[in-house]
Amino acid sequence: MPGPVYIVGVGLTKVSRHFDKSLIDLFAEASLKALEEAGVEPRDLDAVVVGNMLANSLGSQDSLGALLATSIGARYKAAFHVKAACGSGGVAVYTGYSLVASGLADLVLVGGVEKMTDYPTPVITTALAQAGEAEYEVFYGASFAALNALMMRLYMEKYGVSRDEMSEWPVMMHANAEKNPYAQIRRRISREDVAKSRVVADPIRLLDSSPIGDGAAAVLLASENGLKKLGKKPDVLVEIAGVGLAVDTVELSNREELDAIPALRYAALQAYNMAGIEPKKLDVVEVHDAFTITGILSLEALGLAEKGKAAKLVAEGRFHPGDKPVANPSGGLKARGHPVGATGVYQVAEITMQLRGDFPGVKVEGAEYGLASNIGGDGSTITAIVLRRVR
Amino acid sequence: MAYRLSPARLWREKDSRYRLVGGMCRRCGRRFYPPRPVCPYCGSKSVERVELARQGVVETFAITYTVQEGFRDQAPIVYAIVKLDDGARVFAPLTDVEPEKVHTGMRVEAVVRRVRVDDDHGLIAYGIKFRPLRPAKSGQ
Ligand SMILES: [Zn+2]
Repeated sequence: MPGPVYIVGVGLTKVSRHFDKSLIDLFAEASLKALEEAGVEPRDLDAVVVGNMLANSLGSQDSLGALLATSIGARYKAAFHVKAACGSGGVAVYTGYSLVASGLADLVLVGGVEKMTDYPTPVITTALAQAGEAEYEVFYGASFAALNALMMRLYMEKYGVSRDEMSEWPVMMHANAEKNPYAQIRRRISREDVAKSRVVADPIRLLDSSPIGDGAAAVLLASENGLKKLGKKPDVLVEIAGVGLAVDTVELSNREELDAIPALRYAALQAYNMAGIEPKKLDVVEVHDAFTITGILSLEALGLAEKGKAAKLVAEGRFHPGDKPVANPSGGLKARGHPVGATGVYQVAEITMQLRGDFPGVKVEGAEYGLASNIGGDGSTITAIVLRRVR
Repeated sequence: MAYRLSPARLWREKDSRYRLVGGMCRRCGRRFYPPRPVCPYCGSKSVERVELARQGVVETFAITYTVQEGFRDQAPIVYAIVKLDDGARVFAPLTDVEPEKVHTGMRVEAVVRRVRVDDDHGLIAYGIKFRPLRPAKSGQ
C-alpha cells in the first residue's frame, strides 16, 4: 500500500472572463492561497505539478512547469506540466499523489490553470477540438460538442430518455452554482430555458454545454512527514483514499460502447478498491459534465445509477442537495465553469472543502467520503479520486 | 493552433481516407477504423489492413452548427457514426442530404469528397463522407 497522502491546503479563483489576469496571475492567486492555508512557503515545496490544456495552442507558451513554479518563488524545485486535454487537472492530481505516495516528495503543490477568453469563440472551439483524434475526427472540422452530441443522441434513443428529462441536469447545476462564490454562472434556469436555448450540435443545446472561462485551482499534498513541516495544522484532515486512471481510444469509432464512458468504470473501480469502499459510501461527488450527457453517463459509470437510468433519476429529484450522494454541489462544469485544464483540480479542492465542512456554497453536511472524476476528450483519459475525512 | 496540412501528412493517410482501408483482426475477426497496429478490441498484434464495406447504417448523428474555423460556411454539418455492413464503425460527415431528413438506421454509402483547403499553400485534403443510399438507383 502506498503511504498516506493528505490534502492540507486548497485555493481557487472564481471562474470568469478575467480580462485583467494572465495565466501567471491566475496560477499565483490559487497557489498562494493553498500554501497560505497550510502555512507553507514556496521554497518549502518539493515539487509543483501543473495541469493545463491550452497555453500552448492558444497562448504560444510551453515550459509551464518552470514558468509557473518560478512565478511563485519555487525556483530550483522539481516542476513540470501534465496534459490530457480537459482531463489535465485530474491527471495532475494523480501525478502529484504518485510523487508523495512513492516517498519521492513530502510537499507537492498541484495547480490547474486555464486562460481561454482572450480569443473569439471559433478560435477556442478549434483549440478544444484537438481533444479528439486529429486525422479522423478533427480533420473533418468536428467540434468537441459534435462528438458528444453523437453520444447524447444514441443514449436518448436507446433508453427512451426525453429532452425534458435530460434538461433537469443543467437546471440542477445552475441552482447549485447560485450559492457558490467561485462559480462562473450564478443564475437559475428552467427546463424550458434549456430546451429553447440555441442548438450547438443537435441534440446538444447551449444550456447543455459548459461555458468558456478562465480560472485556476490548487491543492497542496503532504505525506505523513510533510505534515510535520506545516506552519498551520489543519483543523480537519482529508486524505486521498484512492486514485484511478484509465484511458480509452481517442476516436469514438473504435470504442466498445458509445452510450457509456467505460474508462470511467475502470478508473472508479481502481479508486474504490484502493479506498476499500463501495459507491454507496459516497456522500458527495463532483463529476465532469462538460455537456449534460457527460454528467449523466458519469453517474452511471460510477455505479451510482443503472445504465440508461441516470437522467430519469435526476429528473425525479435524485442527486440533488439533501440526497446521498449529492452530485456537483459546486454547480459542476455547467455552471461553476470549465477552465479546461484546471477543472480536475477544482473538483478535488471542492470535495476537500466539503469534507472539511467549509465549502462556501451548497454544503453536504457531515460528509465523510467524496469522489472527483475528470474526463479528457469525450471519454479517453479519465481520473477518479476518492477523498476521505480522516479526523 | 490552426490545423496544419502537409503533403507528407496527407499522403500517409491516403489509403484510409480515399479507399476506406481499416484494420481486420486475425484473432477476433473484428474490423475497425481507423486502422491501428494492435486490435483495439482484443489486443491481438495479428492485424491486417483491408478495404472495409462501403455501405452501412447511421448509428447516431449530430447536426452541428458550432464548427471549427474554416468550416463555418458549410454549417450545419451533419456528423455521424456509421456502422458498416462488415461491423466496423466510421466517424465521418454526411453529404448530399438535408439535415432534417437524417435519421438513425438510415442506409448510407461512402464517397470521397473535399474536406479541407490550406489557404497558405493551396493544399486540398480529401476524405470520406457518406451519402444516403437511394433504393431507386439500381446497382448501388
Ligand atoms: Zn481482435
